[in-house]
Amino acid sequence: MSYQKPKFRHPDLAVNELGFTKADYEGSLSTLCAGCGHDSISGSIIRACHELSIPPHKIAKLSGIGCSSKSPAYFLGKSHGFNSVHGRMPSVVTGAAMANRDLLYLGISGDGDTASIGMGQFAHVVRRNLNMVYIVMNNGCYGLTKGQDSATADEGSVSKKGDPNLFAGIDLAGLALQLGATFVARSFSGDKEQLIPLIKAAMTHRGFAIIDVISPCVTFNNNPESTKSYEFFRDHAEATGTVDFVPMREEIKTRYPAGSTHEVTMHDGSVIRLHKTSQHLDPFNRVSAMRVLDEHRIKGDILTGLIYLDKNSQELHDVMQTSQRPLNELSEDDLCPGNRLLKNINAALR
Amino acid sequence: MTARVKSLQSVNDFVIKFANVNGTGSASANKLFAKALFRMGLPVCPKNIFPSNIQGLPTWYEVRVSEKGYLGRRGGVDIVLSVNPQSMAQDIKEIEPGGYFIYDNTKPLDLRLIRNDVTMMGLPLTRICNEQYKDPRQRQLFKNVIYVGALAALLDIDFAVLTALVADQFKGKEKLILPNIHALELGHKYAKENFDCPIGIRVQKSDKVGDKILIDGNTALGLGALYGGASVVAWYPITPSTSVVDAFEKYAKRVRIDPGTGRKNYAIVQAEDELSAIGMVIGASWNGARSFTATSGPGLSLMSEFLGLAYFAEIPTVLFDVQRAGPSTGMPTRTQQSDILSAAYASHGDTKHVLLFPSTPKECFDMGAQSFDLADRLQTPILLLTDLDLGMNDNMSEPLEWDDSKEYDRGKVLSADELDKMEKFGRYLDVDGDAICYRTYPGTHPEKGAFFTRGSSRNEMAVYTEKGEEYEENMHRLMAKWETIKEYVPGPEIILCGKEADAAVLYFGTSEESSREAVDYLADEGVNLNAMRVRAFPFNKEVENFIDEHERVFVIEQNRDAQLRTLLMAEFELGPDKLKSVLCFDGTPISARNIRKQILQLLPGNNVTPLYPEKVASGAGDKA
Repeated sequence: MSYQKPKFRHPDLAVNELGFTKADYEGSLSTLCAGCGHDSISGSIIRACHELSIPPHKIAKLSGIGCSSKSPAYFLGKSHGFNSVHGRMPSVVTGAAMANRDLLYLGISGDGDTASIGMGQFAHVVRRNLNMVYIVMNNGCYGLTKGQDSATADEGSVSKKGDPNLFAGIDLAGLALQLGATFVARSFSGDKEQLIPLIKAAMTHRGFAIIDVISPCVTFNNNPESTKSYEFFRDHAEATGTVDFVPMREEIKTRYPAGSTHEVTMHDGSVIRLHKTSQHLDPFNRVSAMRVLDEHRIKGDILTGLIYLDKNSQELHDVMQTSQRPLNELSEDDLCPGNRLLKNINAALR
Repeated sequence: MTARVKSLQSVNDFVIKFANVNGTGSASANKLFAKALFRMGLPVCPKNIFPSNIQGLPTWYEVRVSEKGYLGRRGGVDIVLSVNPQSMAQDIKEIEPGGYFIYDNTKPLDLRLIRNDVTMMGLPLTRICNEQYKDPRQRQLFKNVIYVGALAALLDIDFAVLTALVADQFKGKEKLILPNIHALELGHKYAKENFDCPIGIRVQKSDKVGDKILIDGNTALGLGALYGGASVVAWYPITPSTSVVDAFEKYAKRVRIDPGTGRKNYAIVQAEDELSAIGMVIGASWNGARSFTATSGPGLSLMSEFLGLAYFAEIPTVLFDVQRAGPSTGMPTRTQQSDILSAAYASHGDTKHVLLFPSTPKECFDMGAQSFDLADRLQTPILLLTDLDLGMNDNMSEPLEWDDSKEYDRGKVLSADELDKMEKFGRYLDVDGDAICYRTYPGTHPEKGAFFTRGSSRNEMAVYTEKGEEYEENMHRLMAKWETIKEYVPGPEIILCGKEADAAVLYFGTSEESSREAVDYLADEGVNLNAMRVRAFPFNKEVENFIDEHERVFVIEQNRDAQLRTLLMAEFELGPDKLKSVLCFDGTPISARNIRKQILQLLPGNNVTPLYPEKVASGAGDKA
């Protein structure tokens, strides 16, 4: 970057329980296009982490390649980051999470990075139920290479180039459901009211949490004929409901009438409160979630909000029965069996 | 059935080849044979030559027995034990004049196959089995054990050693011991009653084994990784590397369980492909756990992009490549040393990687463990290259040993305290002048030490840059680090012949045994050669000096393109005349006779007359 981000902050910025202001969760100045949806998502991530009072160094942010994957540089500057290889972020996170189960892993990917080159790794990280938050900044096009259609572009959607997309789009939320994801949500970069609680909920979920965030590309794919444009989204989005996130430390004061509201206690004791507006969706039932999602897709509508949550999720470390102590903390005494064992092994090989 | 050529005569010095059908249980019987000789104090070198198939195709097991301790392939076969009609014609052809062909004569032999310079010995194996056993699986399995019993009589193997081995083998399944011993006796009895035992080739007890062990390289490598402290393993199944992870897991299940909770102090992830496997290794290593993957050529190709990232972002990465015959799927169950160049320069852009070349199971263990220290210290990928021959065959090896006083070298990693004391942390700042910089693990310190790892260019502070001079500075530092690396990697092993020699051989990995044997053959013929075994890339000064000191160096390797020679030429800027290639790439381990022959042809003017050309070139015993 050729210019500096201003260091000045309002002296009255709110501090969280750790004494950090929102600025402590910011990163370097974004180099994305002005008005890019991805920057709004970065803003929501910053707010979610600040409000959850997560120590920034306990988060590791990882990404693949593309506009989306550049964005981890623009938030959480006090966290370690890893901008890896195109489509391969899931494997790097898997290794990292195996090495240290105590960090919060935030994976940032795009639609090209996830639904095309990274499809294989995406499918398998879902299947393994790795304990991570996976945010797709989904704009239906390849921004960094100037606007080619991506695999999430809907059939018939027209980008700035003017040619309708010839192939069916991949619905990442639907795919994740089919693959066994234990937390599936969809949101919109411009809807912080919806996105921030979803990010918080995803961060407290134990297992694989995906949020497919529609994030219009203002430069190449924001014309009205595109199904990933602001305009199209405004006209076609339907929310499953709203989500409140109540951190574990806060007392739950308000009570809602039964039926329309579900309270789910997350692994760390936080509660997410789901106010349903869709009568048909049971967000704790995978089949219901798949059906409702499909119905919307067929109508050409975009279902947003929390779509599915598995309350009994077992993440990869639980399944593999790995040590509670992070593997990267094990000492040589824990790891090396010593020469005595070798003597026995040698004896058996004579 | 006597041959018209004098039958081969030798004690403790011969090559026997078993011709079987794969999937018939022959492997364990053949191993029983080899291990019996080993227990009699004889150096043995068994080699499995098997198809890429589960059941029904020809498979061979070749055992070299050498009292002198030559453990490579000699070349040529003295005895064939044949139970596979599919390969019989070819198997008979391979036998040395004066050799022996032992076959199942339940069905009469095709008369056209009979050689009058080979002793043809029929064992009615199928008939005996049909008489003794009703169950078809038993008929098949015990046929193998019966021929081992017959060989015990024909070669004078100590029968008590065999029965003791059977008892060891079936520990915990005791009811199988007696039937197996019975089968051994059936064969033994038949041979005793029908042939003059022993035949011209035989064994007798010796003391040439000492405390050595019989172990395959992959098991030793898996153990090396366990001892080296690997805790995250990511891999994708591929022959011939699969058993590395199998071995790691087998022993980890025994010794890496947390006593309090019963939970695992390791994680093994079977990845969806090799791209993912190496990505997991890089993620785990970045996060401070020791981690490795095991693969073979096709996997290495897939891992190339990530290896470039690990090189450029300087992330410790350990990769074990058990090489097989390529390119493409090639011959997946045959051996080669043909990933040298693709490993050394893996990935796009300017990259160079550290390679280690173990040549014995003991070295697989030692270098396997050492890989993790090197990776942590040097912050770069370490590619340990073995091959199918070493990895999947039992090799006679020095026993494995671990120095309990040794401590892992975790390299330059900053703790929270160290970060507190520092004024400034830059991930890619060369503070010590050795071009190796300090790193931090995620989660170490609330305020300090965080940085952004990326494959795109960055300055010393790990901040993105596209400035040409900053990019160049970093690439220069990586070259300076390459020089530092030379001080850390294992140096060569040099064997001087003790006489004036202007020529030398240079070899690595599994070419070692056959090369040394060939050097001995040639010394007897008046050709004096010094020898050097290269153990790592980058080559250090000793390698360069050794080459400088000789007029000609024969570079022995198991690939078509003389890949190590290319690497030597490129790194030392040598002209093509100095290094002569001795190659074998048919998928079988290189043999001593082959090396000898090629070197003789390459000698200047080809004017050295071999003293014993015929004797060396054929017959049991190297110079019997």
